[in-house]
Amino acid sequence: MTPKAHDNGIEVEALVREFKKGPRAVDGINLEVKPGEIYGFLGPNGAGKSTTVHMLTTLLPPTAGTARVAGYDVVREGPDVRDSIGVALQEAALDPFLTAREHMRLQAGMHGLTKADSQRRGDELIERVGLAEAAGRKVGGYSGGMKRRLDLALALVHEPRVLFLDEPTTGLDVQSRTALWDEVTRLSRQNGVTVFLTTQYLEEADALAQRVGIIDTGRIVAEGTPDSLKAEIGRPTVEAIPSNEGDLERMERVFELFGEKAPAALGAVGVRLREGAEELAPVVRALDAENIPVHNLEIHAPTLDDVFLAKTGKRLEGADAGEEEAAEPRTTGEMEAVGA
Amino acid sequence: MTTAAATVEAPRTHTGTLVQVGHLARRSIIRTARQPAVVVTSMIFPLFLLAINSSGLAAATNLPGFPTDSYLTFALGLTFMQGALFATMGAGQSIAEDIERGFFNRLQLTPLHGPALIAGQLAGTLVLGVTQGVVFLTVGLAFGAGFAAGALGILVMFALAMVISVAFGSLGMAVGLRTGNAEKVQGVFPLMFVFLFLSSGALPRNLLERDWFHAIATVNPVSYIIEAYRSLLITGWDGEALALGFGVGLAILAIGIWAATAALRTRMERT
Repeated sequence: MTPKAHDNGIEVEALVREFKKGPRAVDGINLEVKPGEIYGFLGPNGAGKSTTVHMLTTLLPPTAGTARVAGYDVVREGPDVRDSIGVALQEAALDPFLTAREHMRLQAGMHGLTKADSQRRGDELIERVGLAEAAGRKVGGYSGGMKRRLDLALALVHEPRVLFLDEPTTGLDVQSRTALWDEVTRLSRQNGVTVFLTTQYLEEADALAQRVGIIDTGRIVAEGTPDSLKAEIGRPTVEAIPSNEGDLERMERVFELFGEKAPAALGAVGVRLREGAEELAPVVRALDAENIPVHNLEIHAPTLDDVFLAKTGKRLEGADAGEEEAAEPRTTGEMEAVGA
Repeated sequence: MTTAAATVEAPRTHTGTLVQVGHLARRSIIRTARQPAVVVTSMIFPLFLLAINSSGLAAATNLPGFPTDSYLTFALGLTFMQGALFATMGAGQSIAEDIERGFFNRLQLTPLHGPALIAGQLAGTLVLGVTQGVVFLTVGLAFGAGFAAGALGILVMFALAMVISVAFGSLGMAVGLRTGNAEKVQGVFPLMFVFLFLSSGALPRNLLERDWFHAIATVNPVSYIIEAYRSLLITGWDGEALALGFGVGLAILAIGIWAATAALRTRMERT
């Protein structure tokens, strides 16, 4: 079947994957990724992200449902799908005994590029991902970031229209992560490549994705732009730790005046502010009036983590790690040791 | 990363199986050559056993009916066979590591033809087999082993070594593809040595007592491979021994390729 013009998108309908003696890893998901869009697929380990990617990239046949990638059916037109997509799976799949240049040559050759084109394309991509100086070294000695960048370059060698990145920045330092984000954004904006990105880092989805799907136990529990999802949650939360543990209950009673209880860390109290961030000052004044010394107080703007929490009832694994390394803080305001 | 100018799409053609074999063979050979520990181990161990056997079992040459007065010459055939068994493990581990690392998935995502993967991967095994042959023969001749079949016989010996390497390599590949686990391939490896020990490797079959061991050695295909090597070293040109050796080797190769192809079909779930 010939793909339609500009058919760079992904359409998934009631996709299911069951494994023997196991629960449904993917349980009837529907999603649509528009051509040129960066779609963030967010979920904890074991949620079904990688299984979905394996099905969409033809590596795993679905148990039920349909999926079209770049205009081709993933079951009936596997070779056409593979020809149209670039894939960087969860672990950089490289041969430690080959150099970056040898990897590029092999990958390009397998995709049918001539020797001259393989070399030109390989050099261009190696340069683009900043590995020119290391291109002649065996990749066994590369850092995690270098391997990821090479993995991305290999995925691009045949000029794919749709790019699948399965947790591409897991374990990377901030610098490598940012560099990869820049390249993915550039591919989408300049080359019109559709990007399907799975991640367990919230700020990654926030920074890159135009739309986000949240998957939990094989089902998509929320979908939309990061802003629209956060807007659904709406109001900020305040989380505070009293200086004296014995003041926890009193602090809770004060917080009840300002909104409903919000999840908080052990030894802390949280409240979702009924009237928004303007209520922060009254909260502080109320604590002061009740003579409750505060060790730490933070106001959180709604994040995708809050969205995830609201939709699934649990926090996302890896969210903390990601946020610690994030370039931008997620809180809009932070106060310490306020109160009497 | 630096931003480059917009790229011009490179023209692509559908790659034929032979072209893919070339790419994968190149990779397999590079990979093998860059693992000196694997290459050297596959030669040191058989040579070590050759040294022990040829000094410890030298008295066996006094047995009536022993085909040569040099146990070194006699034992050299076994050395070639041991080298081929190392090829089994190398090929199996190589593909299993590819599966474990995800490199197999990378290849699956290209227009890969299954037969090209098997043939390409076996190229490294073939090169290892030939390298082993050169080293084993050079060492054997340097220490006084005879070679009855002359220069042409050497070529035939290398042809046999190539067949046997890829035959056992394909068996290793089948195990590697089936298990997808390098440690499990290593676990299977000692079983291959059972075939070696229950063969005519240490003594000619006509000198083995007519008991269970003789019966097993007679039905053990490894005996016929060793005897083919041995015929070139000791007898000269023995058409029957060579036919049996090549025949058994090709039969093992056919079984190995069939098993590897079946395992690959199961492993490659892609649509």
